[in-house]
Amino acid sequence: MGYERQIDLGTPEVRSDSTVTCTIDGRDVTVPAGTTVMRAAALSGGSIPKLCATDNLKQFGSCRLCLVEIDGMRGTPASCTTPVAQGMQVHTHTPRLEKLRRGVMELYISDHPLDCLTCSANNDCELQDQAAAVGLRDVRFGYEGDNHLGAATDTSNPYFDFDPSKCIVCSRCVRACDEVQGTFALTIDGRGFASKVSAGLGGDDYLSSECVSCGACVQACPTATLQEKTVKAIGKPERAVVTTCAYCGVGCTFRAEMRGEQIVRMVPWKDGKANHGHSCVKGRFAWGYAQHQERILSPMIRESIDQPWREVSWDEALTYTAAKLNQIRDRHGRNALGGITSSRCTNEETFLVQKLVRAGFGTNNVDTCARVCHSPTGYGLKTTFGTSAGTQDFDSVEDSDVILVIGANPTDAHPVFGSRMKQRLRKGAKLIVIDPRKTDLVRSPHITADFHLPLRPGTNVAVLTAMAHVIVTEGLANEAFIRERCDWDEYSHWAEFVSQERNSPEFLSPVIGVDASAIRGAARLYATGGNGAIYYGLGVTEHSQGSSTVMAIANLAMATGNIGRRGVGVNPLRGQNNVQGACDMGSFPHELSGYRHVSDGAARALFEAEWGVKIDPEPGMRIPNMLDAAVDGAFKAIYIQGEDILQSDPDTRHVAAGLAAMECVIVHDLFLNETANYAHVFLPGSTFLEKNGTFTNAERRIQPVRKVMEPLNGYEDWQVTQRLAQAMGLDWNYTHPSEIMDEIARLTPTFSGVNYARLDAEGSLQWPVNDKAPDGSPIMHIDGFVRGKGKFVVTDYVPTDERTGPRFPLLLTTGRILSQYNVGAQTRRTANVAWHAEDLLEIHPTDAENRGLKSGDWVRLASRSGETTLRAQVTDRVAPGVVYTTFHHPETQANVVTTDYSDWATNCPEYKVTAVQVTPSNGPSEWQEDYAAQATQSRRIVAEPAE
Amino acid sequence: MSAMTTDKLVYMANQIARNMALDADPVAVVADHIAAFWTPRMKELIFAHGSDGLDPIAAKALARLEKGREPAPQTRATDPHAHGADAG
Repeated sequence: MGYERQIDLGTPEVRSDSTVTCTIDGRDVTVPAGTTVMRAAALSGGSIPKLCATDNLKQFGSCRLCLVEIDGMRGTPASCTTPVAQGMQVHTHTPRLEKLRRGVMELYISDHPLDCLTCSANNDCELQDQAAAVGLRDVRFGYEGDNHLGAATDTSNPYFDFDPSKCIVCSRCVRACDEVQGTFALTIDGRGFASKVSAGLGGDDYLSSECVSCGACVQACPTATLQEKTVKAIGKPERAVVTTCAYCGVGCTFRAEMRGEQIVRMVPWKDGKANHGHSCVKGRFAWGYAQHQERILSPMIRESIDQPWREVSWDEALTYTAAKLNQIRDRHGRNALGGITSSRCTNEETFLVQKLVRAGFGTNNVDTCARVCHSPTGYGLKTTFGTSAGTQDFDSVEDSDVILVIGANPTDAHPVFGSRMKQRLRKGAKLIVIDPRKTDLVRSPHITADFHLPLRPGTNVAVLTAMAHVIVTEGLANEAFIRERCDWDEYSHWAEFVSQERNSPEFLSPVIGVDASAIRGAARLYATGGNGAIYYGLGVTEHSQGSSTVMAIANLAMATGNIGRRGVGVNPLRGQNNVQGACDMGSFPHELSGYRHVSDGAARALFEAEWGVKIDPEPGMRIPNMLDAAVDGAFKAIYIQGEDILQSDPDTRHVAAGLAAMECVIVHDLFLNETANYAHVFLPGSTFLEKNGTFTNAERRIQPVRKVMEPLNGYEDWQVTQRLAQAMGLDWNYTHPSEIMDEIARLTPTFSGVNYARLDAEGSLQWPVNDKAPDGSPIMHIDGFVRGKGKFVVTDYVPTDERTGPRFPLLLTTGRILSQYNVGAQTRRTANVAWHAEDLLEIHPTDAENRGLKSGDWVRLASRSGETTLRAQVTDRVAPGVVYTTFHHPETQANVVTTDYSDWATNCPEYKVTAVQVTPSNGPSEWQEDYAAQATQSRRIVAEPAE
Repeated sequence: MSAMTTDKLVYMANQIARNMALDADPVAVVADHIAAFWTPRMKELIFAHGSDGLDPIAAKALARLEKGREPAPQTRATDPHAHGADAG
């Protein structure tokens, strides 16, 4: 598409069961009751001048430019604040109105720089457009009076500038920060002529303020006051392509606004059904890694990891790799090979990698990075409900009365949905937070959790079972729902279990570390407060009882009847952009696409007929099994697409030992990541901006990813996988990812109605999409569970084997911060380091004082697995006895410290509980020094010989 | 075969057994889980190891598997629309 601004109807959509018809400039228009005159005029094809109004903010009525005349009504009401009435006759362009509007505009322009030709917003400025629309030709007041033209520009934010000399104080930015983002970082300071937009307190600039750099204010600004630095540097975009963000599982859609092959800016797409026009600092601004100088664009190979890399042609790299894989298979058997798919890559790319492993390598040794995040969700929800997916769409939260957030920090990790959640909470929904840390949700502007249960890490199952005890023993269970929808015998067995005194809040309180009365209160609120919705994240799954916790959550939802309608449900907040999709595509070693076990002969027969090969009926190895087998000498080669297991997986030393023991490690990625230090083949990857495909977000929404620029490395990732398959002798001839999706649809019942034509036409589809749900499935389990009867599973609390003691008295838990993303490969290569340049260790003031520590001190963080050093941040966000850090920086290598304990059902690592000791330090650990030396040596690339 | 791998398998089997101990039929569930998620090599290794160090439930489950009485996996394929359940 060419470049056009997104349509702005002036005021938000109104939902109403009734309609009214009015006449605007002689045109009849019928709209939902409550719709404003401004919006009705826009819907009828007209246009009323406006400045302070925009359709993602509530009407404000301050600029006085949108005045209209209405028959029978005195004066000239503002069209943005006047609702239409049946039979109303509206006139939007009359001599009287034109005179008034010109007068208003004169006042604005009298205090505005007249530098349109050199302004970065030239031809893309609402003030300029409206001045033209009202026919302003002269400013009678002159320009000599008091003005704001000399106000200094705030350039502190790395992505946008604030130039107050161009501000018209329309308050759109302030309202966007309040209504859309919910941070309340901006305000109008002063009164009258002294009014000005201000970030934070008096001494703050944008960077030092509470601003989270979501970009909502920049998007709302009708002038060049708040504008992206890239627009200033590059100029106005000339085309726009709608695509899907490649950061978290919210799946925001953006318009990539381009000049040639250069991105000017990423602007959230108003029609995006996941984000509704909102964004966060990562998706909006942190895309610079795509052009970062450290990207590797040529394939490289080496015989051993102590050698430097040698750049080679694609043909040589792929021929070499295929020969290596074939040799290893011939010598050691097909089960000596395996692959890892990536939740950062598209559905189509993921599907091809698992197809290569199953059909090309001849093994089910394929796994995915969901192993280390949401594999317990797959197990737990499949067992209890019948399918491995969240039950709701994001919009469902608008109907929630009680929101229970456990082990998730959506304002940091899923910020756009976090903002939606906060909007609902500010409208009155109740909030329960179960988290060891005092996350932002616990207390933020106009939001206070009704219950915060700061449990000891590792006691999720205990607290959920204690809540179930309250619900069952106090008669709060929804027996009618259970009898109709669930297996009553299984419920009875479960209810008898949770009713035991040993599962009461009073008995478990000392274990959990939370008052029994708070647990009882939270349980009563969830069970009786109306529509109850549970949202959870990796604080649930990354435990030795991760799967049990997911099933305990499902038990609670079923016991209270909170399943199968809007406002309720069980909602896993997926970490990466395509966790849901990667799991859907058959990335787990025991499942084909659509969650069909490899032992299912009928499912296997479908694939065997399509692919022309036999599929192994036995499950393959998970990632930790592969590493163990490699150390054991039984696993020799691995193809890793878009995943950095050395940094992201637990017990780094063991991962390194496993990789070092392999004969052929193939890394297919954007950068020489940490895993590549142990690789023999490096295949350059393409960014989400350089490829076509689809991502599936946390609400099962399949959304298009569109190529906005040519791949710098020459190939989209699916093409590289296809070329590798061809080099191994497979007859693959896809010409476009749409053909891969067609194959997915043929083989996967839940995707049978999905194709690119529909995705282009409808924007997105939520699976299942098939004959029984032709338009997709925003809410699941409406009339019955996928498995038939909902299954209650007894989830006994089994303490983790990772215990504190005299040597390691503190519990470490890990997580993510707003500005950084996972291992940081992308965000560390952007200006987001302005907010988070290093991993810090949060420690409670009492624990810090006992160790003589203050914020900024270097500390040694040691566990039974290893040790690292980082700097301390003393804060009461963590409870005494608990410390917390992020894992965004390879210099810290937090996973040197984490153990190889894992979830009993899925082997998802227990990242959230590690017994540690913290002591003062004055330098890097021995491991850090050794690792830095090894990484430096491993990243050498042979220089081209001089000609 | 390294002791490390076998030790881990014993640990994993015991962990599954501990978490499923209160199920109505824990031996069947544990056997089912191992059948559905462990590779043939992992099963062979732990069969060869014997019952040393194994939780009684895990030992019984593995004995049942070894004798070839594998139950159908609990997590076997389920057509999400077999019950017409999740059309939105």
